[in-house]
Amino acid sequence: MDLFLQQILTGLANGAIYACLALAVVMIYQAIDHFNFAQGEMAMFSTYICWSMIAVGIPYWVAFFLTIVISFLAGIAIERIIFKPLHNAPVLSHIVVFIGLLAIFNSAAGAIWDHTIKTFPSPFPEGSFQGLIGMHEVGMFFITLILLAAIFCFFRFTRIGLAMQAAAANPASAALVGIRVGWMLALGWGLAAAIGAVAGMMIAPIVFLDPNMMLGILLYGFAAAIVGGITSPGGAVAGGFLVGIIENLAGTYIPAIGSELKLTVALVLIVTVLLFKPNGLFGKSIVTRV
Amino acid sequence: MSQILEVTNLEASYGQTKVLNGLDFSLEEGGVTTILGANGAGKTTTLRAISGMVTTKGQINFSGKDIAQLKTADITREGIAHVPEGRGTFVRMSAHENLLMGAYSRNDKSEIAHDLERVYTYFPVLKERRTQQAGTLSGGEAQMLAVGRALMLRPRLLLLDEPSFGLAPLIVQELFEILKRINVEDGVSMLLVEQNAALALELADQAYLLETGSIVLSGSSESILENETVRRSYLGY
Repeated sequence: MDLFLQQILTGLANGAIYACLALAVVMIYQAIDHFNFAQGEMAMFSTYICWSMIAVGIPYWVAFFLTIVISFLAGIAIERIIFKPLHNAPVLSHIVVFIGLLAIFNSAAGAIWDHTIKTFPSPFPEGSFQGLIGMHEVGMFFITLILLAAIFCFFRFTRIGLAMQAAAANPASAALVGIRVGWMLALGWGLAAAIGAVAGMMIAPIVFLDPNMMLGILLYGFAAAIVGGITSPGGAVAGGFLVGIIENLAGTYIPAIGSELKLTVALVLIVTVLLFKPNGLFGKSIVTRV
Repeated sequence: MSQILEVTNLEASYGQTKVLNGLDFSLEEGGVTTILGANGAGKTTTLRAISGMVTTKGQINFSGKDIAQLKTADITREGIAHVPEGRGTFVRMSAHENLLMGAYSRNDKSEIAHDLERVYTYFPVLKERRTQQAGTLSGGEAQMLAVGRALMLRPRLLLLDEPSFGLAPLIVQELFEILKRINVEDGVSMLLVEQNAALALELADQAYLLETGSIVLSGSSESILENETVRRSYLGY
């Protein structure tokens, strides 16, 4: 029973990270209709920036919040410089640029900080909670929960949040009420980059810091976004927790999977959902008028 | 009377296809002007050109300022509200949120609250539906919401694209009575595009007739009503 509870709690903690990445992916998807394949590498790069700041003696939480701000600004810059000119470009151009970004961030991180695996500090005390899960997992869970709640309130209750939704849902009408749609997209990128940065900094103490650290995690994030429904930010978050729990339980209780094949669980989930419920658990079907 | 909008040699095109071939027209401040024409004449494109939603050539002078090359959001901020074809409400937001979005570019909180009450006075049904998702409103309610959202900008000029489209005759009548009140009581100038020529000429004091991208006739609504060709082709008697 303890093992079961332990796996559920670990699943929830990991799920919180997947939820963040899924939310970041969904936010960009809603704005430009494409999956940002570079989301994980952007988060990894942010985590390295935080690491560098801590390495030169900046206190953890200062580095943490500075990294969020830097990532936010970098996300805006990426949209303005790279994606704005591509606005009307076909799908393949977007995908090529995403893959290009992924490669650039990955090799730049390798070139700047080399490829050796580094430890990343946790701001939370050592030890475990009731012998069930580590204190870092508990802290990580609550930090991401606070972040998700803040994002929810931002979109639900602020003028800019509503305007961002309006710009994503109906750009033509949004412009007609005076919303600067291009800047709303850039803001979406900034937020997505900042959310990704939090996910990266929170997961790094567990998976350790190296240029490929987010590769697997982004796959879980994609799985979460698809399970929850790519059109639904709330669904993506729920999908994140669901994927976290499923992945952990499958790894523990299905001997054939074990910890080596855990990542395949994400892929199986993606394929299953796309086959049987392509809009995800919470997504709405998209009707296109022809 | 002074002119609120003066359009000179306006051309618009979608890609290679030219849709407007050099229009010249003007709107009187405080008046209602209508553009009549068959499907594909360029009525909607004319409105879209004023709002900067299509590539244009020529001058569009809005109370002394050339707005032809401004972006849509900036044209809106000059005080031109556009109720687009098909209403264009934000379907996943509540009616109330849609109205708030209409005032997005304004910062005068107490005035916004005042205008919100005013919109609810014009369209009491929107107050009943204020928490309901815009996508679940009936056609008439959605059109009222679209007009209400445009009013929340506190515009000087209101562009209306087929407001009667798909609505029951009684609802159309109610809507046009309210449009008349908005014009008279709030002094909002209007440019109305309508398929229903009889309805449009009743509300408007000035009219232009558009045929395949060119203005072929213009004048006061009364004179247009008496025109033989208009009567046969657009009024059907």
